[in-house]
Formats: sequence, structure tokens, C-alpha cells
Amino acid sequence: MQHESAEIAIVGVGQSDFRALYAKTERPRDAYALAAGALRDAIEDCGIDKNEIDGLICSRVQYDRLATVVGLQNPRFVHDLEGTGRMSGLALQEAVALIASGTVDVVACVYGNNGRSAKVTYGGDGGGPTAAYDEMYGMTSPGAYVALMYQRYRGMYGASEDALAPLAVNNRRHAALNPVAVFQEEFTREDYMRSRFIAEPLRLLDYCLINDGAVAFIVTSMERARSLRKPPVRVAGTAGMAHVTNYYTAEDFFYSACQDVASRLYRQTGIAPEEVDCLQIYDNFTPTILFTLEGFNHAPRGEAWRWVDEKKIHYDGARPMNTAGGHTSESYMQGWAHHVEAVRQLRGEAGARQVPGCATVQYMCASPIVTSHILTTDEAAA
Amino acid sequence: MNVQSIADEYEKLLPEITPENRPYWDGLAAHELRLQCCDECGEYRFPDSEVCPRCLSGSFTWSAVSGKGRLWSWLRMHQRYLSVFDGVRPYLVAYIKLDEGPPVISTLVDPPDELVFDMPVRAVFQPGFSDRTILKFAVESPEPAA
Repeated sequence: MQHESAEIAIVGVGQSDFRALYAKTERPRDAYALAAGALRDAIEDCGIDKNEIDGLICSRVQYDRLATVVGLQNPRFVHDLEGTGRMSGLALQEAVALIASGTVDVVACVYGNNGRSAKVTYGGDGGGPTAAYDEMYGMTSPGAYVALMYQRYRGMYGASEDALAPLAVNNRRHAALNPVAVFQEEFTREDYMRSRFIAEPLRLLDYCLINDGAVAFIVTSMERARSLRKPPVRVAGTAGMAHVTNYYTAEDFFYSACQDVASRLYRQTGIAPEEVDCLQIYDNFTPTILFTLEGFNHAPRGEAWRWVDEKKIHYDGARPMNTAGGHTSESYMQGWAHHVEAVRQLRGEAGARQVPGCATVQYMCASPIVTSHILTTDEAAA
Repeated sequence: MNVQSIADEYEKLLPEITPENRPYWDGLAAHELRLQCCDECGEYRFPDSEVCPRCLSGSFTWSAVSGKGRLWSWLRMHQRYLSVFDGVRPYLVAYIKLDEGPPVISTLVDPPDELVFDMPVRAVFQPGFSDRTILKFAVESPEPAA
């Protein structure tokens, strides 16, 4: 059956205990065991029969092995997305499109990562299309390409030395309220300024934390969703646009692609940026948050670093942001855990960090594929 | 690491010389920056690729370019990702926009104490930590007053 895209919902979510998984292990953990655990939790969360799942979208794990492990042998549609962070938003978009078109009825989106125990470094190997031409200068790691953007941003807009500190501090303060977050010890702006440089001007506390872990979410029609266990979370709208070059560095900090996505998303949903109750922003490195806030009209261009302050972006402030602790403090789950947090906030399940009266959440990812969704409670339908 | 083992390790970081990219490396050895220039529309591209990203023509000529560009941004790498750089950390990495269009990652030789966005730079041709000549840049000295 075909559906309008706003008639599609996230019904179940599951994720690992990221804090427990940060513990060192002798041998790499099995990403499939982690992924299967997250999927089992997502199924349990919504109470759907496993056999109703007829679409399977995977990232960082592959469908054939995963489907075998979890006994989903006859899905009607499968797709492996590459294991990059830009794919988490795409996974939801693809699930929505598949359900809207009537191709399948229930999609499981599953991510599994054993990056920490397998000692993945995201620097020194692999890399983008020009990696072979960059490493001879010692240039490697995604954070370094973001550092180039931030250096330029800082020069253009006069951002202060400690302009990124509130973002790192905010993530940590929220992580302290999230029992599964890896790093829960709060720090101050001064502590931030004492943390060591990685790719200067970026410091250790600007960086995502590589970990083991898995995330799953289950997507279906709003109609089916209403008879499941938990209140459905409506996908009010979603949009995307690539900005692909030889480098992770975008010379406009992804601004034009973000603007294009933002204008379509806000028009499609009839929701304005100031009406969003909670922001979930892809934060591989803290400057990405500034680029996102400006690209999506939450802050004036060039002023996001002034706009963010620790009170405003705290869960009980005017513009709550990254309420689970984000990639720098909860766990680097490549955007997937941000989706889970969005769902929990809308259901009122976020415990000590619950945003009061949260009815609208926006996920945003400024990266070589820009994606954004607006998710709402059933009642908040535009 | 001694000089020889650094050179050996460094060689592993350099792109393999292939029939497709050899004109680039031959150019550097001759102290010239050569890029593919599209025979149809004149677009320059880097690194080497089969077709013009602007018009998709597969016809191109390796042409010497000015070697001039602007410093778009830079960073200082403190993290130990690649051990051959141990002796020079933290080191400068630059993102340079060539006057002909393509941006390149490189470094600056003898950089001034204060770097300025968009300052003019020019190509220089020097080895890295091994014998092969690689592309680096130097800040253009201001024209002497007449």
C-alpha cells in the first residue's frame, strides 16, 4: 500500500550500552552480535513480530550475514549502505521512500560497529579520493579536513579561541545525564582550553570518540504504528543533498547544500526552525555543529559561535541540543544514536535529560551528504 | 628511525606512479606543475582522471600551469598518525587553491610567522623524506619597491 511520507513513523529503537562497550577487550567484538542485540531491542521496544520485517537496510554490517544471524531469511528488499556517518540519515530516508512507495511495509535499519576493539583509527589509512596525494604531507583523518574548514571559519568570522568550548561542554553535561554515555565526567571551559591539540585548531575534546556499539530502528506506516506498543514518532519530512568534492573540506562549510535541504524540509513540513523543540546535530567534530546551525537557519551566518551558549543549548534551555551527549561524549555511532535520542525525546523517555514538552525534533547532518529530518509526536502533526 | 628507514616508510605514502599519472610526476621532477587540461572546454583537473568533470570529454592534454595559488586554509598536525613525521611534529598542512582552479593539499616551505588567508603562494619542487620530488609551496615575497 502507498503512503504519504508524513504518514510514516519510527516505531521501535534499540541500541547498545555504549558505556559498557568502552571497556577494553582482548579480541575485537563481533559487530553482528552487537547489531543483532540492537535489533532485538528495537523489536521488543515496539512489540512487532520479527516476521513482519520485510525490508532490511544495513550500515557497517552486511545484510546477508546479519539476516542469517537474526533469522530474517526472506526480506523483500535489502540494501547495504557504506559505513560512513553520512549514511544514518540516508537509511531513514530510504526506509521512508520504500514504505511510501509500497515496496515494503516494515523496514529495519541496522548499524553495527566494532571500531574500538578492532582498533580503527580513521587516520593513517584509507581516506578520500585524494588520500594518496595528501598523506605525503602528513594530511590524514576526517578531523583534519574539518580543522581546515574551521580555521577558515574562525578567520572569516572572528571566532574566539574558546568558541567551540560550549559545544564540547554541552555534550558532556548531557552525557552525565545519560546512563549509557561513555564519558560522564563534566569539564569546564578552562579544562577544554587545556586539552591537547590534535589537528590545531581542533583539540581532543572536539573529537568524536570511537567505540563499539550498535543501533537499530524500525520504520513502518503511521497506520500500522498506531497499533504497536509505543507512541509512534512521525517522520514529518526529510530531505537531502550531496556536496561531493575531492576532500571532506567544503569551501562553503556545506552552507549551500544545507540551505537547499533546509528550504525543502521547512516547506514540506510547514515547520519553521524556531518551532523545533530539540536539535540533534551530527557532531563528528564540534565545528560541524556551527556549520549546521547556520546552514539550517537556526543561527545567523557567521554567528553560530556567538549564538551557542551553555544555558541555551542545555536540555532545559531555549534551544536544547544533542541531549544524549553526542559523538564527543555519548559514543561515535555515526549519527545513528542521534536518531534514537530523537525518538526517546518525543516519547518522553529521556529521563533526567528530558526536554519539557518535546513535540518536534530535527536531525541534521552537514557532511558530503547533507541530510535532515523533522520528527514529531503523532499529535503534533502539521 | 634512521634516515634510510624514514625514506623507505615515506615511499609507501607516495602514490604509485602509473601510466595515467606519470606526466604529473615527470613534471615535478622537471620543476614544473603539470595538470590535465580538457581539450574541449579548457577545464583543469587534479588528481588525474579519465574524463573532464565539467563536460565529460575524454580528450585532454597535460599542460604546465603557473604554479601560483592562494592559501585557503591551514592546520598544524599534532597527532601522531604517521610515524615518518615524528621528527617534524607539529607540522604545517596547507589547503591551496591553484589559480587554474583545483584545490590541492600541500605544505609551505619556510612559512612566515604569521599566515594570512588568501595570501599568494607559488609552487616549489623539493623532495619529501625520500628522493622523489613532490609539490610544495612558498609564500610569494612582495615585489620589491621600484
